[in-house]
Amino acid sequence: MSPTLNSSSPLAPSSLGYRHRHLLGIEGLSAQEIGVLLDLSDGYVALSRSQSKKTALMRGLTVINLFFETSTRTRTSFELAGKRLGADVINMSVSWSSIKKGETLIDTAMTLNAMHPDVLVVRHPDSGAVKLLSEKVNCAVINAGDGSHEHPTQALLDALTIRRRRGSLAGLVVAICGDILHSRVARSNIHLLTTMGATVRVVAPPTLLPAAIELLGAEPFFDMRKALEGCDIVMMLRLQTERMHGSYVPSTREYFRFYGLDRDKLAAAKPDALIMHPGPMNRGIEIDSEVADDIDRSLIRAQVEMGVAVRMACLDMLTRDLRPNDAPRESAPAGGV
Amino acid sequence: MGAATNGAGRTAYLNARLLDPASGLDAPGALLVEGARIADLGPRLFSEGVPDGVTKIDCAGACLSPGLVDMRVQLREPGEEHKETIKTAGVAAAVGGITAMVALPNTEPVVDDVAGVEFVARRAREAKLVKVYTYGAVTRGMEGKEITEIGLLAEFGARGFTDGLKAVADAQVMRRALSYASAHDQVIIQHPEEPSLADGVMNEGGTATRLGLAGIPVAAEAIMVERDLRLVELTGGRYHAAHVSTAAALEAIRRAKARGLRVTCDTAPHYFILSEADVGNYRSFAKVSPPLRAEADRQAVAEAVADGTIDAVASDHSPHDQESKRQPFAVAAPGIAGLETLLALTLALVHAKQASLLDALACLTWRPAEILKLDAGRLAKGAPADLTLFDPDLEWRIDPDSFRSKSKNSPFEDYPVRGQTLATVVDGRIIYRAEGFGGEAGAE
Repeated sequence: MSPTLNSSSPLAPSSLGYRHRHLLGIEGLSAQEIGVLLDLSDGYVALSRSQSKKTALMRGLTVINLFFETSTRTRTSFELAGKRLGADVINMSVSWSSIKKGETLIDTAMTLNAMHPDVLVVRHPDSGAVKLLSEKVNCAVINAGDGSHEHPTQALLDALTIRRRRGSLAGLVVAICGDILHSRVARSNIHLLTTMGATVRVVAPPTLLPAAIELLGAEPFFDMRKALEGCDIVMMLRLQTERMHGSYVPSTREYFRFYGLDRDKLAAAKPDALIMHPGPMNRGIEIDSEVADDIDRSLIRAQVEMGVAVRMACLDMLTRDLRPNDAPRESAPAGGV
Repeated sequence: MGAATNGAGRTAYLNARLLDPASGLDAPGALLVEGARIADLGPRLFSEGVPDGVTKIDCAGACLSPGLVDMRVQLREPGEEHKETIKTAGVAAAVGGITAMVALPNTEPVVDDVAGVEFVARRAREAKLVKVYTYGAVTRGMEGKEITEIGLLAEFGARGFTDGLKAVADAQVMRRALSYASAHDQVIIQHPEEPSLADGVMNEGGTATRLGLAGIPVAAEAIMVERDLRLVELTGGRYHAAHVSTAAALEAIRRAKARGLRVTCDTAPHYFILSEADVGNYRSFAKVSPPLRAEADRQAVAEAVADGTIDAVASDHSPHDQESKRQPFAVAAPGIAGLETLLALTLALVHAKQASLLDALACLTWRPAEILKLDAGRLAKGAPADLTLFDPDLEWRIDPDSFRSKSKNSPFEDYPVRGQTLATVVDGRIIYRAEGFGGEAGAE
């Protein structure tokens, strides 16, 4: 990617290169690349807080939000990010169960590719599906969550939220608590936080911890109080309702008793420890309302704001070679099918 | 393919390295085929010259072994002819040096009645390539509930009973199948995987965790094998564990054999060549059932082939079209098209000095034949003239696009191997001859 200075970008890209065509996951990104994305996101936070939130940076470019799994928050966040950058944003929700029977994922990818989108934002219930799709299209692809694999923009927005409060990620102790087994948010955060020099602990009942999680660089705990000792950040995860009644944990009541975040358990962490949650929250199951709404400790609302800024940064970064000095669209590299 | 099929035809294979794993023969010599049978063989045969009227084939020092017996293939016919047919699989088998293959009953419809067995036999006769046998299903529709007509199916030619890729999960059903089949001296072949532990898509461990894929623990295999061994003890039945992939299950089988139970097992080349690491970044061509395991298990499987704990190496040929494989990993169909790579991949153990040539060939010839009571797998006077002529050292790279099989699903793309079939002979007929292998003009 050639560095191109762009007057309407809130942060002049020193383009300490983000070297990838897509954003499929945090695994494989360098600390420098993550830093570049976070720096760029900082600029978009400022823009989003200003009176005029809209730029023409991506004017004429098309973003398709392709969601094979329902999600209001992430989809809305991407939609808003695209619109604030001036792109045309189209939302497509596809029921994966109906796709499975006939048209393959590849067919769907080829069909959309023929419409010449510039960015595909994809969420899919199967791990690896977004990577598979990215191999079949000519445009940039952003993974908005694939199965239990990765959710890179969530990890980036979490990192941005922490960095803005604490200045840096290096040296922090972060505990990620909850359904680690099924969580793409946990995996992306483990990759990002360890890459940036933080210490990561994961805490869950043994049935919700995947095998050999320590190979990813996280230290596993079953006891929440021990895991929270000396922590700077407590990151809670959502527990899906279908996993609460006897399959992975015996009951919501028992889960809250041992793994729900309340004042009592939080007392084990550092006095100024901060609380995060990717939402939507199950109040009274994984997190106590009193803690979630504590404006001194909870970053949960800040996370939502950072989400839009991070997604603007990602869209900006991945479309830079499509708009050299805001040249007319015709100069965009075609990728004939 | 005219003259040699004639019952009176006589063909001499000269300058061969005769390999008969059953007798331990490994010597230069010649072999005479008369009609469909081996008439004579030995180091001194034709030392006085070849009589007139005998077709001569110069093997130029290549290995002449009993034709390979592949005890585990999926033919997809009837029902999924877009993936494979008995004919295309026959051509692929011939290229792979295989002269007999045994088909799983997991077709559409399932081979669980006499008509199914007869259908496969008829189609194989029409294809007139390698010998094709079929297993019968253990249970009707492979549903794991009611046992099939094991006696009748065996009379009509079924060579053993299995529910294919599905484990016979219910212990009572397995007990009765083992018990009932023993009256007909039939072997029950199990897909050894406890289903309630096997709802994942790859081996449980670090790779699965990193990829966010649901794992299948080693215990799923070990538990089923250990349970079945108890049932073998209880019933006195004959049991065979298919495509064993773990050190734990092999250890259980080793102990059972030492105790004298009638137990055998096989594996497939990918279980001693590949490991879970080869799944890499969601490579669905490396998705198999049971899954590729950790490196230590891979090594244990290789050692078990060498020490004889594993009786047979089968291709586990599982042809799938692109649409079935180019899917998210969890959705993609499991399996590898393996007929054309069985010999070369098995010889990798020989080239790595992990197994002797005769021991490796034993797993591809007389040992599987003995498990299924096939008249095959030996170089002996009077035996069927099913032969494989191969160069054990010829280097090549696997190119799935050039497979004769209808399906090209192989994770071994561009994988370097040594050892290639030069000719394949079934009942005296040369059904395949490699490009560039002359032998002698007019031999067919």
